Amino acid sequence: MAKRSPTDIHSDAPATTFKDPNPAGTGLSTDSDDSGDLIGRTVTINAPRQALYAFWRDFRNLPLFMENIESVQVFDERRSHWMVKGPADSTVEWDAVIVEDVPGECIAWSTTDEAEVPNSGRIEFRDTTNGRGTQVSVNIVYDPPVGKLGKAVAKLFGREPNIQARHDLRRFKQLMETGEIPTSAMNPETIEE
Amino acid sequence: MRALTWQGKHDVRVETVADPQIVNPRDAIIRITSTAICGSDLHLYDHTIPGMKHGDILGHEFMGEVVEVGSGNKKLKVGQRVVVPFVIACGKCFFCQKQQFAACDNSNPAEKSDPSEIAYGYPMAAAFGYSHLTGGYAGGQAEFARVPYSDIGPIVIPEGIDDDKVLFLSDILPTGWMAAVNCDIEPGDVIAVWGCGPVGLFAIQSALLLGAHRVIAIDHHPRRLALARGLGAEVLDFEEVKVHEALSEMTGGIGPDACIDAVGMESHGMSPDNMLDHVKVATFLATDRVHALRQVILATRKGGRISIPGVYGGVADKFPIGALMEKGLQIKSGQTHVQKFMPELLDLVLDDKIDTTFLISHRLDLEDAAEGYRNFKEKQNEYTKVVLKPRYTRH
Repeated sequence: MAKRSPTDIHSDAPATTFKDPNPAGTGLSTDSDDSGDLIGRTVTINAPRQALYAFWRDFRNLPLFMENIESVQVFDERRSHWMVKGPADSTVEWDAVIVEDVPGECIAWSTTDEAEVPNSGRIEFRDTTNGRGTQVSVNIVYDPPVGKLGKAVAKLFGREPNIQARHDLRRFKQLMETGEIPTSAMNPETIEE
Repeated sequence: MRALTWQGKHDVRVETVADPQIVNPRDAIIRITSTAICGSDLHLYDHTIPGMKHGDILGHEFMGEVVEVGSGNKKLKVGQRVVVPFVIACGKCFFCQKQQFAACDNSNPAEKSDPSEIAYGYPMAAAFGYSHLTGGYAGGQAEFARVPYSDIGPIVIPEGIDDDKVLFLSDILPTGWMAAVNCDIEPGDVIAVWGCGPVGLFAIQSALLLGAHRVIAIDHHPRRLALARGLGAEVLDFEEVKVHEALSEMTGGIGPDACIDAVGMESHGMSPDNMLDHVKVATFLATDRVHALRQVILATRKGGRISIPGVYGGVADKFPIGALMEKGLQIKSGQTHVQKFMPELLDLVLDDKIDTTFLISHRLDLEDAAEGYRNFKEKQNEYTKVVLKPRYTRH
């Protein structure tokens, strides 16, 4: 299907909800124009915008609720190093830099040129206009490489990338609203990963 | 500890399993003193609700003593007696703040929430002991239970009040009450209730307390109909009478102002549509048998209200959408917002305005729970409600 030009668009809906998703519509860029896969999700979180922004802005918090991220090491205000679970107990790593940062409103990051798995993400925090807290939207674009690494990426973003993003954002909401991430485990040893 | 575990269709067993522990800060551990078998447990027993795993601990109606409290729970104290709502709700999300606790946006773990999101459009709230569609949390037909978000759910019971008087605050009493509330009862209203199981009986009691002029109850078990009559309802045995015609005649041709479907997907009867539903369910063309609900839609007066506390899980065939629209009916339904109704219902129990003990037909040792399930399913006339008591031989 041919990509829409902006003048063809009639719907007031986010780019991720189009039947023919176009990452360019999110303002995110990837290494290869707009050919990457786009993941997006919006949730309403009953917490102040500034608090949500501050928690996310410290990337060291991301492994608390993002299932596949083992650790994020923060070098300075902009640069960080991510270690992510790959297939067969392997680990995929990359450096990321923050390319946009508006306190309380949005954070965007992108992998550096040498990353094996180029990806970029953007999170926006908006006050709801009907008093329901904060609307949080996450968009992630990644370029799945071919071959062995392609499998690593598939694993990294879950078998269904949208499902992985949905789960991670749901855990973020749970943690921010209730102070904990719910689990049906009967004891601390049996918490499902 | 000892616990009643699900092993497959019509196969539940009391087994020794690991004791639950505090996992999250807002958890509490409850030592269970009383727990009951619910009609909706039979859906799991019959395996008509998917998402069960071998070894799952059943039971969502339970109460007991607080034996351990997590660091994040500033409300409960060790030693307090509490009744635990079957719905697990966080108390913090948009839905909980609206007191729609059964719609809690957080209690169902992320890794469990996909099936209900796919089936229903949004992920459902969690419940105790009710399949992995609602979180996969261990239930309360056991000696101990881990209660998440325990600073929101459990209600503290004053000393000196018997378990039997308050146990049903966990589910069926608020479920019957919400069923009646959902009828938006006005003075002069005639309410018809399909199903005189525990929820139907409590709905009858609640409808009269909420000002119904008359209540007409429908079932086919003589003992259950006798209990309904004892609460003040007029009764219909659907094996004796043509229900629609009877309701029409008894309301002077107007029809009941509001009808309650307290049957759900287990409806019985040998009518042609019910037989057809049997075939379709057996061949997976539909999942829910809705004979009672069809009858409800036809019987309700024009412009009337329908309340559905009966459990449905999937899709129905031959749903009379035309009658619903053309008659201008309103439907309210849903799992019960237990946390919302518990305080006022506890007051009504303590003031002796509501009695729940009449319902209990059998009190069994937890060890005999499997027999309780079998009889509750097969001898519905005699077994109106089974309460289980753990023995604690191991503690």
